[in-house]
Amino acid sequence: MADPNGQAQTEQPAAGPCVPVAPTRRGILASVFGTAFGWGMSALGAATGLWAAATARFLMPNALAEPPRRIKVGPPADYPPGKVETRFQPQHGIWVVHGVYRNRRQIYALRSACTHLGCITIWQENEQRFKCPCHGSGFYADGIHFEGPAPRPLERCAIRLASDGQLEVDISKTFQEELGQWEDPQSFVEV
Amino acid sequence: MALRDRIRRWQLWRSIFRHPAPVDRRNRVAVVLTNLVLHLHPVAIPQHAVRFHFTWCMGGITFFLFLVETVTGVLLMFYYRPTLEWAYNDMLALRDVVSFGVLREIHRWGAHAMVIAVMLHMLRVFLTGSYKPPREFNWVVGVMLLVLTLLLSFTGYLLPWDQLSIWAVTVGSNMARATPLVGHEGPFQHVLSVDGVDLITSGSDARFVLLGARSVGEEALNRFYVLHCVAIPLVAGFLMALHFWRVRKDGGISGPL
Repeated sequence: MADPNGQAQTEQPAAGPCVPVAPTRRGILASVFGTAFGWGMSALGAATGLWAAATARFLMPNALAEPPRRIKVGPPADYPPGKVETRFQPQHGIWVVHGVYRNRRQIYALRSACTHLGCITIWQENEQRFKCPCHGSGFYADGIHFEGPAPRPLERCAIRLASDGQLEVDISKTFQEELGQWEDPQSFVEV
Repeated sequence: MALRDRIRRWQLWRSIFRHPAPVDRRNRVAVVLTNLVLHLHPVAIPQHAVRFHFTWCMGGITFFLFLVETVTGVLLMFYYRPTLEWAYNDMLALRDVVSFGVLREIHRWGAHAMVIAVMLHMLRVFLTGSYKPPREFNWVVGVMLLVLTLLLSFTGYLLPWDQLSIWAVTVGSNMARATPLVGHEGPFQHVLSVDGVDLITSGSDARFVLLGARSVGEEALNRFYVLHCVAIPLVAGFLMALHFWRVRKDGGISGPL
């Protein structure tokens, strides 16, 4: 009691011979579950854990107000050679193009995001190029970069001919030219 | 060395808990006084103060409900958008679309319970004469907190943005028209006029300031949202801190007469 820092208290022996008592498993469990305080704290801890888990789950949205990831863009007949369709860009962020890549005529869907820092490119019909307004990167209609800081071509999205005869673009799946992925038949529709 | 001692000598532990374990009277006092959570309670209280039937715990329950409202309210804010387009739909989605869609119900029932708890707390304080000197000022602070609790309920009532809330707030805010001096239908409003032209009109009186418009619309929704989520809770939080501090400074919880 006289010790002002109280440390000595914990080592004060009980009456009788000084035999240190090692904590037993039963003793520890009894100190946790053998008292109303232990039960109360255990229940509080369990409730806190459940609440934290429920909060984390609550913050994960169950419904999104985003446009669908798979969109129909019309039959191939809508895409004459050289056509760059811009009407899907505002909502879905893609250009649908009937172009030439490595001497093969293909219809493909390019993501409109610049590969430099992700600004949205603009199709310039007169110049026949995609132009980034942020830092001046330019891309040909086949998506290959030729000017400005962009380090690689625009990305393609998956495209296929659906059973109803329409082209269907899957925006969630992308293909990168510099990785050789434009050879993947999912990345274009042969014309 | 026992694990407990090793933890107690760990610098990280000692940087947070500066005193040895509360094994004697002196260290029990030191630990309580230097811990933010523990110091909210006095080191020692009179024996009658822990008797449940003396306080009914109503002040503490009110504060607990305020914390419940804060936690659930912050979570609701992650989904709710106070706009004409989304407010009602987000309110429905908080029940039907999100996981654990009971948070809004907890928030609403907690608000009802908080008003009831405040009333019972005031009833207890009145019946035990705890408003008498030296506690008169804390009674006044408590009355302010009662008003803020009611204002929190009033402002929160508009946020679901259904017919009930719009017309309830229309009726409620119409009372502000009759405010003396600054309500355009209230007494003495003609006092504030220049060359016979009234300064207080339907476009400049207390109701207009409250709603941000002449009728309940998106401006009022946004104002009530900010009042409900930020402004009133901040003021109430300050007054609660003052209220609890004054309980201690006025001699702790009052004794039986």
